[in-house]
Amino acid sequence: MAGFLVRRLLNYVVLVVVATSLAYMLAASALDPRANYEGRNPPLPPAVIDARLDELNLNNRTPLLARYVTWAGGVVSGDFGLTVGGDSVNDDLRRRAGVTFRLIILGVFFGGFLGVAVGAYAAVRQYGWFDRLTTIGSFVVLAVPVVVIANVLILAGVWFNGLVGERIVYVSGEYTPGLDAGLPGQALDRVQHLILPTISLSIGLIAIFSRYQRNMMLDVLGADFVRTAMAKGLSRRAALTRHALRTALIPAVTYFAFTFGSLLVGATITEKIFGWHGLGEQLIDSINTNDVNTVAAIALLTALSVLVASLLSDVLTAALDPRVRVG
Amino acid sequence: MSDPVLQVADLDVRFGDVRAVRGVGYEVRAGEVLGIVGESGSGKSVTALAVMGLLPPHARVTGSVRLRGTEILGAKEKTLTAFRGRTISMVFQDPLSALTPVYRVGDQIAEAVRVHQKVTAEQAMVRAVELLDLVGIPNPGQRARAFPHEFSGGMRQRAVIAMAVANDPDVIICDEPTTALDVTIQAQVLDVLKKAQKETGAAIVMITHDLGVVAGFADRVLVMYAGRAVEVGQVDDIYYRPRMPYTMGLLGSVPRLDAGGRRPLVPIEGNPPSPAELPPGCPFTPRCPMAIEACAEAEPPLEPVNGPGHLAACIRAEEIARENLSPAEVYDVAGEVRGRHAATPEPAAEPAAGPAVRAAPTPREGREVVLSVADLVKHYPLTKGAVFRRRVGTVHAVDGITFDIRRGETLGLVGESGCGKTTTLTEILELTKPQRGTIAVLGRDVAALGARDRTALRRDMQVVFQDPLASLDPRMTVYDILAEPLRTQGRRDAGTRVRELLDLVGLDPGHAARYPQDFSGGQRQRIGIARALALEPKLVLLDEPVSALDVSIQAGVVNLLEDLRRRLGLSYLFVAHDLAVVRHLADRVAVMYLGRIAEIGDVERVYGAPMHPYTQALLSAIPLPDPVKERSRRRILLEGDLPSPAHPPSGCRFRTRCPKFKALTDGERVRCVEVEPEVRPLDVDQGVACHYAEKLEVV
Ligand code: SF4
Ligand code: SF4
Repeated sequence: MAGFLVRRLLNYVVLVVVATSLAYMLAASALDPRANYEGRNPPLPPAVIDARLDELNLNNRTPLLARYVTWAGGVVSGDFGLTVGGDSVNDDLRRRAGVTFRLIILGVFFGGFLGVAVGAYAAVRQYGWFDRLTTIGSFVVLAVPVVVIANVLILAGVWFNGLVGERIVYVSGEYTPGLDAGLPGQALDRVQHLILPTISLSIGLIAIFSRYQRNMMLDVLGADFVRTAMAKGLSRRAALTRHALRTALIPAVTYFAFTFGSLLVGATITEKIFGWHGLGEQLIDSINTNDVNTVAAIALLTALSVLVASLLSDVLTAALDPRVRVG
Repeated sequence: MSDPVLQVADLDVRFGDVRAVRGVGYEVRAGEVLGIVGESGSGKSVTALAVMGLLPPHARVTGSVRLRGTEILGAKEKTLTAFRGRTISMVFQDPLSALTPVYRVGDQIAEAVRVHQKVTAEQAMVRAVELLDLVGIPNPGQRARAFPHEFSGGMRQRAVIAMAVANDPDVIICDEPTTALDVTIQAQVLDVLKKAQKETGAAIVMITHDLGVVAGFADRVLVMYAGRAVEVGQVDDIYYRPRMPYTMGLLGSVPRLDAGGRRPLVPIEGNPPSPAELPPGCPFTPRCPMAIEACAEAEPPLEPVNGPGHLAACIRAEEIARENLSPAEVYDVAGEVRGRHAATPEPAAEPAAGPAVRAAPTPREGREVVLSVADLVKHYPLTKGAVFRRRVGTVHAVDGITFDIRRGETLGLVGESGCGKTTTLTEILELTKPQRGTIAVLGRDVAALGARDRTALRRDMQVVFQDPLASLDPRMTVYDILAEPLRTQGRRDAGTRVRELLDLVGLDPGHAARYPQDFSGGQRQRIGIARALALEPKLVLLDEPVSALDVSIQAGVVNLLEDLRRRLGLSYLFVAHDLAVVRHLADRVAVMYLGRIAEIGDVERVYGAPMHPYTQALLSAIPLPDPVKERSRRRILLEGDLPSPAHPPSGCRFRTRCPKFKALTDGERVRCVEVEPEVRPLDVDQGVACHYAEKLEVV
């Protein structure tokens, strides 16, 4: 079991190294930080530009490999280099990663759990009203782009606030700046800001997971072992949760790792729409400003989080499925 | 007599408009075994699930199911769960899927205990280990901690039985408990069931399609057809004095292990009716040889015939009883055969059959060898790892086997799953140089074949697979399926030949425009046979051709195969696990065990006086559809499961399970452990791979 995980981890680490190195090379050759300086008025002397770019390890006159080695050396010691503005990438990243991961973790949590619950229940009541409703609902969600969903949510939030006559949900930002309400008040304020982005992020996940879980569950519902469990004297509900759902969870956990990447993309759009200053926003900004080091750092962070998600799903699969553990 | 523990009356099950079960009733008393026999679609399994209340919600069940006097049909879930697993429990057909894969076997049994008894987790676990011991699982304490996938099929079924008897139930319903298992394992499991019954004194309802299984096990038998009980009675009455033509047909169509000589089987014409469109009156009318006009008018009720305990649903049952008609008389076996041949031209006028018929009496040695396999070896690498595959072992699927088939004869290649029989067949089909040894088809060594010769040889050697539907393209009409091989060989007269072929396999040539799915299982297999015969092959490889079919249908296909062999002078390699069918079809038989041939020779000799301990055990494990014989038979029970072909035991591969080995002295055993026995001829056409072979009559 431990050996299995270590082998997996090694595989993932190799993949992360390859992926980030490629991302760095791509960013370093496609983006053009020199342009940031060349267009200036009054024009800067080329020597000054070169010196500045050298300082930032962004000089495209330095061979790519040499820049890569400098960059990689820094990364290994935990230093992601400097932004085009000359600030540390690390500081900036830390703050924004916090914002994004808060959103994503909540999204995954609600998306995963609700998705599995909805799917399992829909399967148990196959062709019942709940099943039909969620089937239609999830296809609508999957067919509509996140941008539209998020904007519809904003409209709905505004309408809701108007209905109650009070601002229950906030449609923009992470918190109300300068709010003076003590710690509990601030916490409540943050939750109010979180509601809509979380829904926007998890609704797609719920749709996907519920479809997937529904199919998995239907497969095991007719399985002999569920009948055996009932023949033992277990109630239908106990047989369904303890035997059917427990078995049908395994593939969903594996699936979780695959969805994580798409979730990061989804987060970018959500952040942008709800005015959250997270990694997604930063990625887009840094591409616009030819900020090679930040792009590479975000790529690394993304790869790492996919690694963690995959490893987590491996651990969960191994915990849930004895066939993996023993075999 | 004690009160019945389970009484079922007027049980009706509907799925939408389809009546799957129609007015079934029976009762069982403590300690009694009731066998419910029927073919697929007869409603026997649905009946069992209805009694347990385990049918899916859209099934509509009416009637009455009383358990110890309490009505449980339509009872609240709480009442039902209190009864299920405690008063009435069930053993399902497929042991591989009957256990939840993610829980330990011991925990699953303990769960059954804890649902009904107020005990601690430890006590339940202790009980679970006791139960595993009771059902004969070695090392129960340790094995209880194993997961289902670490158990073999037979062991899983034992675990399911352990679960079923965990709370000392009054009734155990067994739904085809051994159908998915190999015969030697089936014998073990039936033995365990008997033991469990003795231990608990429970009544058993044994549902099966296998008339052999119930013959030795049941006290009473109920025969189902088209969702109804058509005959009920004491087991001897049903087997020796059947009064309903369907029961008679069923008994006549089973191939018998104990019947030598090529007695043609008695197939029942036609197919069982679909429950969605039952014929009016007696549902058996379209297939019944005794049907008269009155039969189609009203469905005959189940009424007593000769004696109170024996009931039959047939308007002519009285007549059958009065004249004491036997199945053979009812089905007019001889006439049947005569009829078949009258339909085809006189044997002498058949050009293809002519030489073969004359060749048949020539002694074996004088006939041409059509297939010879010598020292054939097939090993598979066993690999592990997802990214970096590495070889961790070798599966010895086939490990040096030798046999030959002469013109006009059938060799049955038999053995349990994993013995290598199917691998052997695939190797021969490949027509390429084997890993070791030689294969020669029609006298030509396949290792030396060029591409063109290989194609030519493919024409002479055809194959029929087990699953007729999977091997026929559903988008092609029967005509296209049969014409395809003809066209590739550039034959112009495809139309005539297709008609000829359909007629040859007993299908209506007018149906050539239909698609495979419009035909029943037996008919599809006939299409498969016709396709194999299209190019007039000399050798046909048959891979379990009848094992997916119901007995009444199987009999017709078996007869057809035999008939074709004789008329067309074909040679068959018949791969099967059913030894009774092999006895009917084969001239010679080779018994395989773990990639080796254990015994080979003339069918009559091998079945009559098997010499290898494995053949003896195998034959003795097969239940006979004959209650008296069954009761007096002594079974040789093999212990344990088949060893993995990746690690075959040293010396004789059978020694880990060999009953003879146990009886040997230590000095004698050395040879079994150290020297792998080769097949050596011990009698006229009977070769045995055992150092200490001796004859034994077991059937
Ligand atoms: S009632 Fe008629 S058709 Fe039915 S079994 Fe009897 S004789 Fe045959
Ligand atoms: S050689 Fe020995 S172990 Fe093998 S079958 Fe014969 S007696 Fe049994």
